[in-house]
Amino acid sequence: MWTWFHKLASPPHFYRTAALLSPWFAVPGLALIAWGTWQGLFVVPMDYQQGDAFRIIYVHVPSAYLSLMAYMIMATGGAIGLIWRMKLSHAVAAAAAPIGAAFTFLALATGSIWGRPMWGTWWEWGDPRMMSELILLFLYFGYMALRAAIDDTAKADKASAVLAIVGVVNVVIVHFSVEWWSSLHQGQTVFKRGTMDADMKTALLIMILGFTLLFGSMLLRRIRTEVLYRERRTRWVRDMILSPKGGG
Amino acid sequence: MDGLAMGGYGAYVWSCFGLTLLIIVFSEWRARIRHKRVYRDIEVRLKALEERE
Repeated sequence: MWTWFHKLASPPHFYRTAALLSPWFAVPGLALIAWGTWQGLFVVPMDYQQGDAFRIIYVHVPSAYLSLMAYMIMATGGAIGLIWRMKLSHAVAAAAAPIGAAFTFLALATGSIWGRPMWGTWWEWGDPRMMSELILLFLYFGYMALRAAIDDTAKADKASAVLAIVGVVNVVIVHFSVEWWSSLHQGQTVFKRGTMDADMKTALLIMILGFTLLFGSMLLRRIRTEVLYRERRTRWVRDMILSPKGGG
Repeated sequence: MDGLAMGGYGAYVWSCFGLTLLIIVFSEWRARIRHKRVYRDIEVRLKALEERE
């Protein structure tokens, strides 16, 4: 097991393995999203209170879940890089940031659009869930800006890892905000029993799984680019690019 | 047409699904562009080095 991990952490091995693995995440991910979208939009019954507006849940919840998961991957990658000085983990952290920012933006935008017909407002400044999710977006922007501002990759890795680790506090706040404070946002529903109709929940879980697989594929491809950039002066990159077959 | 109207919430529901598709496609497009650019930059640098040698 450790040998396998060690081998995977080697940049040239990871670069090739990620290229092979990526479609195995993307194809089932897209298939599940297509099926979940069909179910969520046209098959499952509408909500007795929210009507058809509740169908926004099928893109809002997976986006919100991935916004937190991407941050945890970023912070864990940064922590592993700081503690064990594993080069690949910093590449993972750097690659997770733009995808996490994209899903955080989606969670905020779809939440805002959903809020308009349900709460009568696009945005509520006093709402703890909305504000903590907005802070999460700023943390992603801050992380990417910090990386871009430092030319030395090793220094950028260390500084951004510290920022990512400190920001984990906000992930905890986002998750528990609806329980700790009074919020317009509804409480936990997905993993609580009896909160949703079984068909509605199945379609939602399928969407979450599909989004997660798609995220995995997106992350693998971005890590490849990070690895290629960081290893640009190494012999294996030179051999791969100058070989007649190339490396893609 | 009833399915598209979403009980009067069509604009909200479809804009959310459309935005999701747009952001995912845009993110993937940006990632591909960056990969190609990084690859090409390295290739150009290596070929220039090879010619000099």
